[in-house]
Amino acid sequence: MSEDIIKMLKENVIQGRKTAEDEGIDEGLTGPGVVELTRQAIETKVPADKIITDGLTAGMQVVGEKYASKEYFIPDMLASAEAVGEAMEILKPYLEAASVATKGTFAIVTVKGDIHDIGKNIVAILLKGAGYEVSDLGTDVPTEKIIEFVKNEKPDYLGLSALLTTTMVAMKQIIEALKAAGLRDSVKILIGGAAVSNDYAGEIGADFYCIDGFDAVKKLDALAA
Amino acid sequence: MPRKGLLIERPLTRINQKQIEQIHQASMDILMDPGLICFNKEAAQIFAANGADVSEITPADHPTWLVKIPEKLVAKALESSPKTVKLGGRNPDNAIIMNGEESRVFFISGSETNIWMDVDFPAYVKKDDPSVEIQAPEWKHRRGTVADLCQSAHVCEHLETLDGYIRTVNIQDKDITEENKDVNKYFASLNNTTKHVMAGLTSLNQLDNVVHMAEIIAGGKEQLRENPIISFITCLVKSPLQFVEDTTDTFIELCKRGLPVVVSSAPQAGSTAPIKEIGIIAQINAEVLAGITLGQLVNPGTPVLYGSVPVRARMDTLNDSYGCVETSQYNIDCVQLARFYKIPNYSTSGVCDTKVPGQQSTVERLFSDILVALAGPQYLHCAYGLLDCNSIFCLPQAVLDDAHFQMIKFFLRNPKIDEEEIAEVLGQIRKVSATPQKLFISYIRKVMRSGQLSAAYPFESESGDNVFKLAYERTQDLLAKPVDHIDEVTTKRIFEEIPGLLPRLNIYK
Repeated sequence: MSEDIIKMLKENVIQGRKTAEDEGIDEGLTGPGVVELTRQAIETKVPADKIITDGLTAGMQVVGEKYASKEYFIPDMLASAEAVGEAMEILKPYLEAASVATKGTFAIVTVKGDIHDIGKNIVAILLKGAGYEVSDLGTDVPTEKIIEFVKNEKPDYLGLSALLTTTMVAMKQIIEALKAAGLRDSVKILIGGAAVSNDYAGEIGADFYCIDGFDAVKKLDALAA
Repeated sequence: MPRKGLLIERPLTRINQKQIEQIHQASMDILMDPGLICFNKEAAQIFAANGADVSEITPADHPTWLVKIPEKLVAKALESSPKTVKLGGRNPDNAIIMNGEESRVFFISGSETNIWMDVDFPAYVKKDDPSVEIQAPEWKHRRGTVADLCQSAHVCEHLETLDGYIRTVNIQDKDITEENKDVNKYFASLNNTTKHVMAGLTSLNQLDNVVHMAEIIAGGKEQLRENPIISFITCLVKSPLQFVEDTTDTFIELCKRGLPVVVSSAPQAGSTAPIKEIGIIAQINAEVLAGITLGQLVNPGTPVLYGSVPVRARMDTLNDSYGCVETSQYNIDCVQLARFYKIPNYSTSGVCDTKVPGQQSTVERLFSDILVALAGPQYLHCAYGLLDCNSIFCLPQAVLDDAHFQMIKFFLRNPKIDEEEIAEVLGQIRKVSATPQKLFISYIRKVMRSGQLSAAYPFESESGDNVFKLAYERTQDLLAKPVDHIDEVTTKRIFEEIPGLLPRLNIYK
């Protein structure tokens, strides 16, 4: 029974069906989606780490392969990642209870003066789908609020996003403020967005520049390895 | 089911109804004054017997007549010209059915070039940094052969947007003569594509053999009439206003047999027609109508296409300039005139002036392809693979053109706007607006997989400069795909009964 649920969970991750309402990719798919199956798995006492490893991660592995072979496109990848992200939210208390650590905590923001959030939201979905615990602080976020969050919540990673050349300067201010507060070394800083580059990351003292969400996942996974 | 073509709901127009009628009247005036010089005796006799004003021109080196065609003869011919013309295919599903009043476009290759262009991709090393190496296309010209024609037909069979095949390359092998060119040209084409095959006839003596071969393939005389797998292009009127002797002979014979035929005229504004738009259009219209009138006098009901290949002269060389803007204007005018007469139109686009694939080629061909296709000609011979006007054929260019036509066809799909669609998207907008991420991405997948989104450009590469290499590789992929050749028994019969076929074209030996 529990093996069947895990198998279906993996399949529904591959299909990108977050809930029973979603259509997935193959014709005529019905029945529970990832959210419902995750709940069923918990009810049937499947350990949270097994749900993640054999269901969610195994499904995402296949999705990644299909994306690499151009059978899947970004919308497919995002649908699966979003479904996995939802499942991780459901599993969070069970993971904490079982002392199972996530892959890391990630705070993500669009910096002060910039309200563009498409890229940030996609990165957040992909990171959640990859097993990171993501806190989305929103758009046009004042530097002080970011410093406060880093101080109190101690995320492993801080992702800064800016679309505009006029707002990218806020990234430098945030890093300077973190240094001033003695918090710079407590968090790895990743920057991204149309306005910034690898050179700019080096210039302002960020740890990484990520060209897109996939790059972010790749860089974080490499750090953890 | 015949091929669908592309229905243009609201065709692009350049001239209004009054202007069309003015051009028609100017053409009628031209047909009476100055009339046409006719170098073909039989044509002169046919016109004279049907009430045209025909007089012998003397002295002349060659028997010559002046033919003045009254409007009533043209009107009668337009009445008897079929408004619907069917061109068949070896695969009946590839038949093309054209209605002169319906702007349904079929995309066709052609015309015939002398030069076949191969491509190689030699490597080049950067002088001041030998670690940098690039590959660049090297285009190589040679005279076309029957093997090239086979390859061209093979690739065209697999080009998704291509509805019919006009032979693309003149076969100039050492063992090809005027007496065996037609049978080999038609056989090489027919054996490598199941789509309709159209060509010009080199020698009238070969017509019997070509038609007999088509009858064998179609399954008999009646079957060929029902499913005309071949048709012919004739330029019987040389601009300005001259019925030539040999092609008019061919045209008369084709009409007697009731075979589908294009009455094509190709005046050049500036040299063989007036430089002004109204001048070349009134003249080409007169020339095509003169040919159609002759055809209908020979055999009322002969399926004819109004063939227009007008072009402007280049000012630097007085060569044809297919790439110039006016050439597209002339073609659209002709589309409108043919529709006025309700006769299916053989129109021209995509021919470029430049000699190699690249930016100029793409700009010139896309400009005319988009505009002339929008005008809604029925039979658009749109130069798949052609370069340097009608001089060079290049397979990679043909597959690049196929990608362009996929874009054009996609663009011309009708928008879907109805209550159900509106309700669906309003639901999406309301639902997404209420979410923190505000992304519509989850709705993409269904639309993407249902074929409602246009495809990415198939020759895109990371470096952006690999288009020709990718296009070349695509031609190799298409050549590796099998085609449905004529079966062995039929091939055996063709080789037994049709003289002049080259033994190397028999794939079963």
